[in-house]
Amino acid sequence: MSRVLVLGWGNPSRGDDALGPELVRRLEALATDRPGWRGHGFLTDFQLQPEHALDLEERDLLLFADAAVSASVPYSFSRLQAERDGTFTSHAMSPSAVLAVYRQVFGREPPDAYLLAIRGEAFELGAPMSAAAKRRLEAALALAVELLDAPDVVHRLVGPTRVA
Amino acid sequence: MSSLENATNPETLRRVVIEPVTRVEGHGKVTLLLDEDDHVQQARFHIVEFRGFEKFVQGRPYWEVPVMVQRLCGICPVSHHLAGGKAVDMLAGATELTPTADKMRRLLHFGQVLQSHALHFFHLSSPDLLFGFDAEVAKRNIFAVIEAFPDVARKGVLLRKYGQEVIRVTAGKRVHGTLVVPGGVNKHLCTEERDYLLQDIEQTVAWSREAVDLACRLYLAGGARHREFGSFCSPVLSLVRQDGAMELYHGRLRAKDEDGAAIFDQVDYARYWDYLREVVKPWSYMKFPFIRSRGTEHGWYRVGPLARLANCDFIPTPLAEAQRQAFLAHDGGSARHSTLAGHWARMIELLHAAEAIRELLADPDLLAGELVVKGERQYRGVGVIEAPRGTLIHHYRINDDDQVVRCNLIVSTTHNNQAMNEAVRQVARQHLDGRKITEPLLNYIEVAIRAFDPCLSCATHALGKMPLEVELLDAAGDHVDRLVRDSDGAVRAT
Repeated sequence: MSRVLVLGWGNPSRGDDALGPELVRRLEALATDRPGWRGHGFLTDFQLQPEHALDLEERDLLLFADAAVSASVPYSFSRLQAERDGTFTSHAMSPSAVLAVYRQVFGREPPDAYLLAIRGEAFELGAPMSAAAKRRLEAALALAVELLDAPDVVHRLVGPTRVA
Repeated sequence: MSSLENATNPETLRRVVIEPVTRVEGHGKVTLLLDEDDHVQQARFHIVEFRGFEKFVQGRPYWEVPVMVQRLCGICPVSHHLAGGKAVDMLAGATELTPTADKMRRLLHFGQVLQSHALHFFHLSSPDLLFGFDAEVAKRNIFAVIEAFPDVARKGVLLRKYGQEVIRVTAGKRVHGTLVVPGGVNKHLCTEERDYLLQDIEQTVAWSREAVDLACRLYLAGGARHREFGSFCSPVLSLVRQDGAMELYHGRLRAKDEDGAAIFDQVDYARYWDYLREVVKPWSYMKFPFIRSRGTEHGWYRVGPLARLANCDFIPTPLAEAQRQAFLAHDGGSARHSTLAGHWARMIELLHAAEAIRELLADPDLLAGELVVKGERQYRGVGVIEAPRGTLIHHYRINDDDQVVRCNLIVSTTHNNQAMNEAVRQVARQHLDGRKITEPLLNYIEVAIRAFDPCLSCATHALGKMPLEVELLDAAGDHVDRLVRDSDGAVRAT
């Protein structure tokens, strides 16, 4: 079976920013009872950085998970392409940019990659995750479980926004 | 939950494209003020500072501080962990740590400095130096570096990775790990962990030497243009060791003036407020620290790699010290005041960090020894370290119930507030032609800001993608021109 890496990022102490890491934490907990998930990997971080490209090695499929502030839907699931981005600080990279670093460093195409973007609204330091974000997390979690159960048919999951 | 294929009415679902996942909480903003002769009189660089942290930490037991403060910043959680931890040592009455605790913390800190400096230089600033400020936008990023200089870029990624591995092994986890506890640390290194880090240390030192050579070569290739770009003379501030050596983890405060004369030296940072004060300005959320004896107008200063190199008497590792001497010998020491020479200084510190990690890994105190000391509880705790971007101060007061009642942080970006404003002003003076903001000017301002790599606001990870706005006001305060660089790199006039 395909080996999936789930990489969720965000600050766990900034309200809905915790959506990405929390999704990963929940999946990791489920993995203990799912022998079929043994080949999958789970990773969280505050933000994406260039060296995350090295974590993508020896994976067949990548699932990036993050909170989305600009989303008008509960969550979305879409395919990612390797793509450059530009910024004037060192403080963040997009998942597409991490894929681009992978391609450049290893000289080959990165594994297939997907973004699970879960809508969040409240990002204050010290705030708990909002009730609405928790509901969206549950729905997004179901999709992620579906993916980890059958990563070879991930294409079925891509497309229109799902309603949580 | 069903897949799309199984959706009951797939044709009724909306296809939605979500824009880059980002929290638009603000933007970097530069306001340039013209005088009546249309000369740039003032540059104001507006940055959002830590807000809400005091509330976040208030009422929490003090021993939670080293863990809580890691949530402040996704780029430098280790720096906050260590500075907060040192303040908590003081609260716990632990005046002198065991050799094992001291060295484990230093190992963690040098791992952080190594990874942070590698990130800054290879991924953020090297395109400016490799391709020049006038290069097209598409070239001024790490991807262009990877294409044109794949070996440089690969080593940059791997150097940063090594620093991250030092952090993971020392703090137990890659992210949100903890090493510091009140009065010490919670673990040793085991032999396997030490041997794992030893595997790549020689390569890391070698690549760090190459990084210094590269930064030096690139800086010197720019001649006077690099030397003068956004440059200014100012006092410098940093910790130093008792013998005057560069000290990144634990030392005493020293400040020197523009000519290198001491303003104060060997000051106990536990009473930093006797020497450093902060002033609020109505146009900025961020405070402006100043050296008390010099007053608000002339007391601002620079912190960070450039300041540390200028401030110390020597670097206590041989390869980095040789590079420091070459740095100071060049052109009569002009690099000390050159904003872009900060990249060269940063790589010298990278080499120092690599050498220091090598020394520490050979030290048996990492593998065995007492971890924690205890003392008499205090009501006030101050912790100071030299974080990658400069001096970092954590200051807490607690009550009889061990709860934090007050905290004050002065982060590197705050120390450098006026210095960054000065660099931006110099650039604007040199490159603002007339009353219109051009794309090259916008880029020049970015180059100057990148040299400091300010924490624009810690802790929300996508803030680094915020847009940068440059606004021009005339002497009456009326709007003249405005240009915005969006997070995707596109430039638009508004």
